[in-house]
Amino acid sequence: MTIDLSRRGFLALAGTGVATTTLGAMGFGAAEAAEAAHVRPFKLVATTETRNICTYCSVACGIIMYSKGDLAAGETAELLHIEGDADHPTNRGTLCPKGAALKDYVRAETRLTRPRYRAPGADRFQDIGWDEALDKIARALKDDRDANLIEKNDKGTTVNRWTTTGYLAASATTNETAWLTYKTVRAMGIVGFDNQARV
Amino acid sequence: MTNSWTDIKNTDLVVIMGGNAAEAHPCGFKWVTEAKAKRGAKLIVVDPRFTRSASVADYYAPIRPGTDIAWLMGVIRWCIENDKVQWDYVKNYTNATYLVNEDFGWEDGLFTGYDPETRNYDQSSWEYQIGEDGFVRTDPTLQDPHCVWNLLKAHVDVYTPEFVENVCGTPKDRYLKICEMIGETSAPDKVMTSMYALGWTQHSKGSQNIRGMAMLQLLLGNIGLAGGGMNALRGHSNIQGLTDVGLMSNLIPGYLAIPRESETDYATYMSTRGNKPLFPNQMSYLQNYGKFMVSFMKAMWGDKATAENGWGYDWLPKLDIAQYDALRMFDMMANGQVNLYFCQGFNPLLAFPNRAKMTEAFGKLKLLVVMDPLETETAAFWENHGIYNDVDPAQIQTEVLELPTTCFAEDDGATVNSGRWLQWHWKGATPPGEAKTDTWIMANVFQRLRKLYAEEGGKAPEPILNLAWDYADPEEPTAEELARELNGRAIGPVHDPADPAKVLVEPGKQLSGFGQLRDDGSTMAGCWIYTGCWTEDGNMMARRDNSDPGDMGTFQNWSFSWPANRRVLYNRASCDLSGKPWDPTRKLIEWDGQKWAGFDVPDIAVTAKPGEVGPFIMTPEGTGRFFSRRLMRDGPFPSHMEPFESPVENPLNPAMRGNPVARMFEGDLAQLGDRSEFPFVATSYRLTEHFHYWTKHNRVNAVLQPEFFVEISEELAAERGIAKGDRVRVWSKRGQVWAKALVTRRIRPLICDGKPVHVVGIPIHWGFKGAARKGFGSNTLGPFVGDANIETPEFKAYLVNIERAEGEVMA
Repeated sequence: MTIDLSRRGFLALAGTGVATTTLGAMGFGAAEAAEAAHVRPFKLVATTETRNICTYCSVACGIIMYSKGDLAAGETAELLHIEGDADHPTNRGTLCPKGAALKDYVRAETRLTRPRYRAPGADRFQDIGWDEALDKIARALKDDRDANLIEKNDKGTTVNRWTTTGYLAASATTNETAWLTYKTVRAMGIVGFDNQARV
Repeated sequence: MTNSWTDIKNTDLVVIMGGNAAEAHPCGFKWVTEAKAKRGAKLIVVDPRFTRSASVADYYAPIRPGTDIAWLMGVIRWCIENDKVQWDYVKNYTNATYLVNEDFGWEDGLFTGYDPETRNYDQSSWEYQIGEDGFVRTDPTLQDPHCVWNLLKAHVDVYTPEFVENVCGTPKDRYLKICEMIGETSAPDKVMTSMYALGWTQHSKGSQNIRGMAMLQLLLGNIGLAGGGMNALRGHSNIQGLTDVGLMSNLIPGYLAIPRESETDYATYMSTRGNKPLFPNQMSYLQNYGKFMVSFMKAMWGDKATAENGWGYDWLPKLDIAQYDALRMFDMMANGQVNLYFCQGFNPLLAFPNRAKMTEAFGKLKLLVVMDPLETETAAFWENHGIYNDVDPAQIQTEVLELPTTCFAEDDGATVNSGRWLQWHWKGATPPGEAKTDTWIMANVFQRLRKLYAEEGGKAPEPILNLAWDYADPEEPTAEELARELNGRAIGPVHDPADPAKVLVEPGKQLSGFGQLRDDGSTMAGCWIYTGCWTEDGNMMARRDNSDPGDMGTFQNWSFSWPANRRVLYNRASCDLSGKPWDPTRKLIEWDGQKWAGFDVPDIAVTAKPGEVGPFIMTPEGTGRFFSRRLMRDGPFPSHMEPFESPVENPLNPAMRGNPVARMFEGDLAQLGDRSEFPFVATSYRLTEHFHYWTKHNRVNAVLQPEFFVEISEELAAERGIAKGDRVRVWSKRGQVWAKALVTRRIRPLICDGKPVHVVGIPIHWGFKGAARKGFGSNTLGPFVGDANIETPEFKAYLVNIERAEGEVMA
């Protein structure tokens, strides 16, 4: 489950509870009910919480993401805040200077939002649709593979080796992305295949 | 890591050498602090710079970049000389007593069999003596001059404290103090841990640096114990996972091998992978290789992979050379031999050495496809950014497609931490604009390519047309579907080998462990070491029980740890010969008379009686190796080699440059600099405020560390007339950068071979995209040469020159 109800419930109670107790202690007993009624709840109470893992180094700190909107309910979700997950055994709620600013990466002004194409000799990108971009890639793969795949070596052994196309995979993607990438890249016969493990 | 982040709390002594965990892995370093506070553990830091890790160390010593092997071999020598050896462990759990071929030897810094023409070794003498019974010959008395122990003693003899001081620049008194601290952990109830990172890997002999420490840890009896081990602090959040799943030129998931073309069929491929035990009763677990391999082939090609066609063996690519690693591919690209290249979440223009060569290489592609959440310098390699990217777009004919992808916040799946925990995460944000998941992009590219082959025919279409694609939506396989494939399931009934009438797993059911894999085609699994991560009981990677019953930091019900949910590798070695923990207060497992049990999954058959089966079950020996036989290209022991660009000669052999078997492409040899022209040692490093080339896109991190700088000592600054904050030019044989000078006392000149050696520290984090100021990285200057075994570039030790530069050039 993506939502930790008990934690949200705790925050909701704490938001009003702290105010009530403090006012009571200060001798405003009569004002308690009125005060509690108009104290604004903690902002994060209205958000959806999701468990995730920091995307930077391999300490892999647990994080909680707070979003406006709930993806599980079919809504769009806007990321508002990220904090360390106090229940996580490794980081126990702490984050480093990179992890603490993680939201800035998700919402960076230089995030890519649409496919772009750069023509030979051009000095800028132009927009391109997904369909056109994907067709262009598939055609380029097919043409280069048909032209340059080495099916058999000079001894007649089937080698299905393709060296004129290469692929660098991403060490911040999931195992599942990695597996699908592995399947497709290997099925094509690509041997110039690596990830950041070598640098 | 053999152990885990949370296990570090169990240690008595932490050695951080070849890394800087306090800055690069701050929340993991917290466990060092925990060990210091709760156990009174000590921290030793050895680094060319007085880093933030050093600032909280109990003892610090400087070292010249690229001399770690001499330093470590010297510690081994000191421990042997002073009898700081865990003898029961060494005699029984390592190959110390084994006899080696009498032809094996070492002189002038080289092992027997070296051929300078081919820059390669004939390794035939690097092997054990095998008796008539087919098992290895040993001398338990350690008297035979050819036993591994005596060869090791002879090998390390040259590395005296004086030799180490002269080569490494580490003052002798500091060195001896550290030797004493390390030596104390040879006691059976004292444990040391090694934490290292790119400071050890990014050398032309990086693998041998790590071997050196692994050997020391065997000598001290610290492998397999809580608070011990060899702990690689990996960089990216899933670099462990991508390596596990085999996304490298020469790998199949689970550390199996892509075939060589000399292995003409499946039977030939398997003929050298029998992994026959070298002692009676040894487990030699990789005898099961065929089961893992066939299950992988079934995961790739499903029903089309049959016993008759060698499980689709012909469809796998076959290598004609050891590997088409990234350095080789970029060299081929620079020579016009690559047409099409994909960069998925990877920014090689800033990550690989000799940037001018990288720019030239990309300019020779027909099409570059970049898939990334962020703008990258690689996707814009053709853009002119003044001195920061001095190119003419009109002269570059490469087409570029830049595709927007999701990031961690926008997808589901597992990443594997440094301690091998597969931790599931959930998406919580809508992707920006038209950004898509990498799986959607890969599936769509593949579906279109498959359609072209189906409609048009073409070369070797079978591996593409036959690829298993059993997903509800062929254009968007889900993380759950893919994770279940990685785990594996029964295709046919899986029978009990002891009772063939009995069915262990019914067809269609998820497997619960790799012991259920078969080589008869009745099982499939994408990555055998992950089997157990998604069973019939559900997603084990999503488990979130953070209780820790033994208080040993093993957290057995938190996520899933490969292999088999084991948290400390080789944990059988944490117990003595009778099966009792070396240190009862640090118990992971023990033999209870009937079986192994405790707070971790035993790394041995649970009913294997103590004394019958050696603790290192993955090796045919059952022991850890001081002498690594023919497994490393540059020798069975680590031997001191200078960096390819070095301020001094190699005292073992003044004619030897760098690693004598490291691969050097022709044009790159001419681009090596000489100490007369480039007198200073450069080393790259990372800052705690930045992650590679990503966080320069974040306003907060860009404010914290806005501008590229290089770090030099007060002495070098004085010698070159450079003041704090001055603009400087730094150049190597391959390029030049401009930076702000950070003059500190964190870097001090070292005395090596009687002369002062100055070190220039160069952080890696700047480019010409993002929120930070435009700048450079260390890769502009670094040499295009990699480690002899795995081709990791030598970024940690090369030569530069530096001078004060006039004025600020604005981009």
